[in-house]
Amino acid sequence: MMTATDVLANAPAQLLPARELMAFTLASHIMLVPFGVALPFITLLMHYRGLRKADPAALLLARRWSAVMAVQFAVGIITGTVLSFEFGLLWPGMMGRWGDVFGLGFGVEAWAFFLEAILIAIYLYGWRRLKPWTHFWLGVPLPLTALLGAFGIIAANSWMNTPQGFALDSTGNPVNVDVRSAVFTPMFGPEYWHFVVAMFLTAGYVVAGVYAVGWLRGRRDRYHRLGFCVPFTVAAILTPVQFMVGDATARAVFHKQPVKFAAMEIVWNTDTHVPEYMFGRLQEDGSIKGGLKIPQLDSILAGFSPSTQVTGLTSVAASDRPTTTQATIAHWAFDIMVTIAGLLILLALWYGWCWLRRRDLPRSRWFFRCAAVAGAASLLTVECGWITTEVGRQPWIVYQNMRVSDAVTPTHATSLWTMFGIVVVVYVLVFGAFLGVVLAMRRRWRLADVGFAHPLGGAPETDTPYGPRPELTTAGPKPAPPAEPGTGRAPGGPE
Amino acid sequence: MTADIVAWVLLLAVVAYACGGGVDYGAGFWDLLAGGADRGKRPRWLIDHAMAPVWEVNNVWLIFVLVIMWTGFPVFFQTVFTALWLPLALAAVGLVLRGAGFALRKPTRRLSERRIYGAVFAVSSLLTPFFLGAAVGAVASGRVAPGTTASADVWASTTSVLAGLLTVAATAFLGATFLTVDASRFDAPDLVGYFRLRVWVSLAVLGALALIGLAVTHQHTSHVYQGLTHGIGLVLVIVAAVAAAATGGLVAGPAAGWARYTSVASVALVVAAWGLAMRPYLVPTSLTVQEAAGADATLQWLMIVSLVALVLIGPALVMLYRLDTHGVLEPLTDKDIEE
Repeated sequence: MMTATDVLANAPAQLLPARELMAFTLASHIMLVPFGVALPFITLLMHYRGLRKADPAALLLARRWSAVMAVQFAVGIITGTVLSFEFGLLWPGMMGRWGDVFGLGFGVEAWAFFLEAILIAIYLYGWRRLKPWTHFWLGVPLPLTALLGAFGIIAANSWMNTPQGFALDSTGNPVNVDVRSAVFTPMFGPEYWHFVVAMFLTAGYVVAGVYAVGWLRGRRDRYHRLGFCVPFTVAAILTPVQFMVGDATARAVFHKQPVKFAAMEIVWNTDTHVPEYMFGRLQEDGSIKGGLKIPQLDSILAGFSPSTQVTGLTSVAASDRPTTTQATIAHWAFDIMVTIAGLLILLALWYGWCWLRRRDLPRSRWFFRCAAVAGAASLLTVECGWITTEVGRQPWIVYQNMRVSDAVTPTHATSLWTMFGIVVVVYVLVFGAFLGVVLAMRRRWRLADVGFAHPLGGAPETDTPYGPRPELTTAGPKPAPPAEPGTGRAPGGPE
Repeated sequence: MTADIVAWVLLLAVVAYACGGGVDYGAGFWDLLAGGADRGKRPRWLIDHAMAPVWEVNNVWLIFVLVIMWTGFPVFFQTVFTALWLPLALAAVGLVLRGAGFALRKPTRRLSERRIYGAVFAVSSLLTPFFLGAAVGAVASGRVAPGTTASADVWASTTSVLAGLLTVAATAFLGATFLTVDASRFDAPDLVGYFRLRVWVSLAVLGALALIGLAVTHQHTSHVYQGLTHGIGLVLVIVAAVAAAATGGLVAGPAAGWARYTSVASVALVVAAWGLAMRPYLVPTSLTVQEAAGADATLQWLMIVSLVALVLIGPALVMLYRLDTHGVLEPLTDKDIEE
């Protein structure tokens, strides 16, 4: 039997950088996904309210969110394109052998995404000239295209978890591909709904969190109230739903990927009456250091009875299962996700209770403090969920059919490390700049709200995407605008 | 049969990306050469304005190309991405910088930041199509074959470099043509002349590069060269040359709007001719369409997916471009989001 060290020693040198690079780019991209999938929906909800009740505050919120959406969607598109490149640059072995089996999901994703790009362009740039309701209705298919895009991506990922829809010939190559069963794999349903709900919930908490901060700072106007209530209500309704879906998903993993479930729950030997460990570290000898042990609970959670048999990691050879470190990582990610989910439920109940009793927001400052943190917390759960599913599948890239090390590119490790370094620097700059731009927009809007709107001029500093385009409205040849004083900032502007 | 049809779909997606993405890269190219903050202000204003609503859509074609490659022709995808690791990795980095530069420049107000984002956007608008073109050149040259590992040898050849330069010139030509038309659309007669001149310059460079390419690469790329200089391939190339020349004439005349169509036609026809010249190979002369094709069932579904895509995306795309060219798509103003 191979030990974990042997497994690592046999791995090609380029495996580590390839894996790190993929992990880094995916972890970055996934932070934008909730907004790509759900921000259009939340914005449209606010937009509808604004049009229906002729509410200027709601319309202003919708316009501002669409301004954020514009930048966010652009950054999401480019980090997503990088991922398509990385399938080839890092895992050509997987794509070469399995591309025709599971690639179709991506085909669906690509055109859903295309449609989304078209509709989002029309929505973002249609505010001024389209008729209000026409503009709104042209935006309505946006959330549907987002759901369709998620369908494609999750179909591909769930196939990697529970591959089917093919037979293997004598050389181990897939033949007799059955596309329908390759798309609708056993893990598809649970993964899809868990993912979709997570995206809406996260986007809701993050957007609401921004206004919770404003509320704490004493900005208790209708604008902040609306900005908080609409996204927070969406998220609060979805939180208990997500808890149920998540529970069902974990049980689906228990049935369909028992070894991954063993890693998530750090179960070493197959047994009944298995205890549940909250956190804790799995050791090489199968013992567990630290953590909170709850007797019988794991068996009960998996099969509703203490006598449920839970498969352990040792049921398969060491080379076919996650290492103890990987199992511990998957376990911690899983536990953090579940813990945060539990706390979010309490927050949602708090909100629901006050709403039912008084038709009003909770008065406690602590509620808004928690709501402000909820956004970051749910982004963390998204990361954790993804780590659980990806690390828990190790060492397989295609579960029980292809190891990560067989899929990796033959390109030299040095090139990959260099690329990794470049990508980290570029992403840090891009995400930093993205955050900076969004914060600058927020600061600008806040100044505008308190009546410090800067005088509009032709300076490049005021020439935002939503900025004035005086050239546009004046016909005929335009004289060059006067030279700018080198202040580099608009009077009364940010900072 | 199915594989051939999917290969045509792939070629169509490449054509669409060459034209859509090409216009977009070309605009970035002219942004790069527009001069300092003052001198380049007007052309940059036009570039910003013309690109903003459509640039994302223009670049999504690339994802289509990649998806059809790995789903329809997995071995081809594996071969290309293994052998051409470096140019494709550089193109990917270029794509990130370009998109981020453009997207972040717009909402930024400080001049210094705008300069940095603008420079990043413009430089990578030059580098990305160069590396993508160089990768295509390397495939055409036949140096890529299944099992080839990444090395500079594969792509640092005359053919690759020329293909890269040709791609950049073609994007500059497309970009200048569209911007000439956009300039009249946005009522900026001074910029019409400005970009018209650039159409002619890029046309001349494009012609010169094409002639150099034909003269020096025929022994490296014998299969593709043969296809481009004989039969239907030759016809397409000649029609493309005529269309390109017509573009040069049209931008000077009263029917400048038509120049968009002729410029797109010229690029599309050249790409189509290249695709035809590759037949029956995907990688000449080591991997045919049939050998690279994925499972039959997948290819059939891929055709269905492409058909659905055509039905759904076609009208949406037409609507987007119509709204855009009719001036309906306009960014929100500060006033719209600050009160």
